[in-house]
Amino acid sequence: MTENNMPRRGFLQLLAMGFAWALITPINALAAIWHKNAFEAAKLEEVTNYLNVDVEIVSQDIIIKAPDQAENGAIVQVEVISNIADTASMAILVENNPTPLIAHFTFSHGAQPYIVTRIKMAETSDIKVLVKAGEQYFSNTKSVIVLENGCG
Amino acid sequence: MAVANMTDLNADNMKMRAQLKAGGITEVKVLISHPMETGRKKDDFDQLIPAHFVQLLTASLNDKLVLEAQWGTGISKNPYLTFRLTGAAVGDMITVTWQDNLGKTATQQIAVTQA
Repeated sequence: MTENNMPRRGFLQLLAMGFAWALITPINALAAIWHKNAFEAAKLEEVTNYLNVDVEIVSQDIIIKAPDQAENGAIVQVEVISNIADTASMAILVENNPTPLIAHFTFSHGAQPYIVTRIKMAETSDIKVLVKAGEQYFSNTKSVIVLENGCG
Repeated sequence: MAVANMTDLNADNMKMRAQLKAGGITEVKVLISHPMETGRKKDDFDQLIPAHFVQLLTASLNDKLVLEAQWGTGISKNPYLTFRLTGAAVGDMITVTWQDNLGKTATQQIAVTQA
């Protein structure tokens, strides 16, 4: 009898502990979603590996609007549009930044594959946009000359 | 109640606008007050300033998720975001919530207006 009760009690205790843990640390739930490996990777190839991208098809249907030359790398406004059918997600990367992955957007329920945001650029670099549509990945790049380092 | 303590519903740190435009497209603009510290910058005393940045932002239309954004430290200070969606009518509610790496979070809700 005791042999049977022990694991059950242990299980209930674990359950209770887990529940308490979930209450005091909601950030843990986020940690499961946030692509930690990809965001902390220092090389572009590592980022794409962590995002499980094997083959990228270069596509002019990804439109990247950014200045040819940025005065201040701390604020570079980027507009990204994907004209690829069934675009599900979009990632913005800056090849020469200390951590290249800037942002990753997932669209659902009628959201359009269109984003405007402001990013930091450490130095002159390509901005790369990676789009997932169906099971395929597409990419395009735009080079930006940076006059003043924006990462500090 | 720990969850409630971590929630900082300070309406001042978020500005939002959602406008229904021609072609049935609703454009949402969001501006957030946030330091977006990379963790690589030093203060006046040569001490590293710890990383402090928004990691996750979600947007929903009437409780249906439309956008999930994951951010690293490369988004500029006081993050700015525009996104577009279809299927919204004037008076529909758009809710945006962000959470940073220190567990701080804020939510704001606004109604879609005619452009």
